[in-house]
Amino acid sequence: MKVTVLQFPGTNCEYDTKYAFEKLGAEVEILWHKSEEVPSDTDLLVVAGGFSYGDYLRSGAIAKFSPVMQAVIKYANNGGRVLGICNGFQVLTEARLLPGALKRNEHLHFISKHHHLRVVNNDNDFLKELNVGDVVNIPIAHHDGNYYIDEAGLEELEANGQILVRYCDAKGDELNPNGSVSSIAGVCNKEKNVFGLMPHPERAMDIILGSDDGVKMLEGFFKA
Amino acid sequence: MKAIVNVSLKAGVLDSQGKAVHHALDSLHFDGVKDVRVGKQIILQLDESDKEKAMQDVTKMCEELLANTVIEDYAIELV
Repeated sequence: MKVTVLQFPGTNCEYDTKYAFEKLGAEVEILWHKSEEVPSDTDLLVVAGGFSYGDYLRSGAIAKFSPVMQAVIKYANNGGRVLGICNGFQVLTEARLLPGALKRNEHLHFISKHHHLRVVNNDNDFLKELNVGDVVNIPIAHHDGNYYIDEAGLEELEANGQILVRYCDAKGDELNPNGSVSSIAGVCNKEKNVFGLMPHPERAMDIILGSDDGVKMLEGFFKA
Repeated sequence: MKAIVNVSLKAGVLDSQGKAVHHALDSLHFDGVKDVRVGKQIILQLDESDKEKAMQDVTKMCEELLANTVIEDYAIELV
């Protein structure tokens, strides 16, 4: 399993992401955004979290024009698996590889804490090791995590099983920290090869750091 | 020529910053404010002297970069 992790100026989760996937047994390469190609042996491309280009204009808006993004779009359109975490999710929505957009959190605060998520759909490569209704404890750390999609778009997400996880409390009841439409924390595209979520599974790999539920999420990519 | 681009959240998309500013105005007793929307203004100095061409160019810039049309509207003024 070869994982390629994108690095833009301002990305800051690439080493955590590398650590997480290496812990699960992957070979990991960090790819600088000036590259015009995705390594051909890549099994999963991860757009890591951080503040690409200082979040100038809008989170993810400038990163989508980096040289590597044309290659990422091509890779995704050919069926390649792409995972965007936090700022990576924002970049993928800006690049229109994922539907919707991320707005400023409803109460305008930067939120950094552990939060529970409920698995909504697992018939995809990412969450297939989890059951629908499972609750995982994963850190969130964002200012612009308020997922927005219009009503028609939301209906489409629900009909196609594209909602991956919703924010909830420890019991699995809906609990919305940031104003996201329908408490959505992560979605995938219709073809189910491009995934994005605001929470950080790569920061939940060791029980001594509060939770190792990230293992259950990320290892889905390793199982055929 | 100068282009002034105003970008704001679409009507119907909740504007949390606008709401917070409205609330702050209320607490300062500025009554009679019915609604507040917060947007951003981007000012471009252009070489172009043809207004129609400038409008076309700036519209393209808005669609591709300056606004995220999933959530934002834009208005262009040429001066």
